[in-house]
Amino acid sequence: MTPLAGYLVLSAMLFAIGLAGALTRRNAILVLIGIELMLNAANLNFIAFWRYGANPEALTGVMFVIFSIGLAAAEAAVGLALIIVAYRHFRTTDVDKMSSMKG
Amino acid sequence: MTASFAIIGLLTIAGATAAMSLRNLVHCALALTVAFAGLAALYLQLDAQFVGFAQILVYVGAVAILIVFAVLLTRSSETPGASRLTRAGIWGVAIAVVVFGLLTAMISSSPAVRHPAPPIPAATVRDIGNQLMTKYILPLEIIGLLLTAALIGAVIIAMPEKEAE
Repeated sequence: MTPLAGYLVLSAMLFAIGLAGALTRRNAILVLIGIELMLNAANLNFIAFWRYGANPEALTGVMFVIFSIGLAAAEAAVGLALIIVAYRHFRTTDVDKMSSMKG
Repeated sequence: MTASFAIIGLLTIAGATAAMSLRNLVHCALALTVAFAGLAALYLQLDAQFVGFAQILVYVGAVAILIVFAVLLTRSSETPGASRLTRAGIWGVAIAVVVFGLLTAMISSSPAVRHPAPPIPAATVRDIGNQLMTKYILPLEIIGLLLTAALIGAVIIAMPEKEAE
């Protein structure tokens, strides 16, 4: 197995773990954590392809990851604020129990 | 496939698995920090020093703390003891396993992974700064605007609602 394949398989595994968590856990915070893990798996892919791909001097993969980290930070801030507001309203963070709108 | 890659990879996977499967939410947040730190080590191993340290600053430093704050503010660290082995849970894990299998099959059959490894590319902070200030200046400005908007938006969303009179 080449190094690139190793990184890609590791990233696929991280993505699958994040996906499983986001699909099965009932707590909204854990769903957000799963989404963060999936984002990180994508970042790892970008860096691995940058390192082992063609034209690394263009720094495209690095730039993508820098912007992606910035986006993920903004997403986490807004997502957690939304979860806190939802908790204040429903008194729970269980996504199954947050089933009513306008109540 | 070096020993350091195997160790860091195993640590990262273990942290991610623990973050997604533990009962106590505070433990989940700590395990997530381990996974993020492992990813930062992987970036350093891939010769992307700047991204590795940015990962430590943003994820280990900020996002993990934010998640711990959210866990404590929502007082949801005590989870019910009910079994999570529901039908939806089994479906979710099955979907994730299928996705992983498909991705692995694609990776192993792809010709792109069989190229020999190129020499270590130079990605100094000076190069990254030059690129950010020339070629990627518009995305940089947009991400700055987006972060400001997200910050203000998060504060406004989380402000206590006024009671209807």
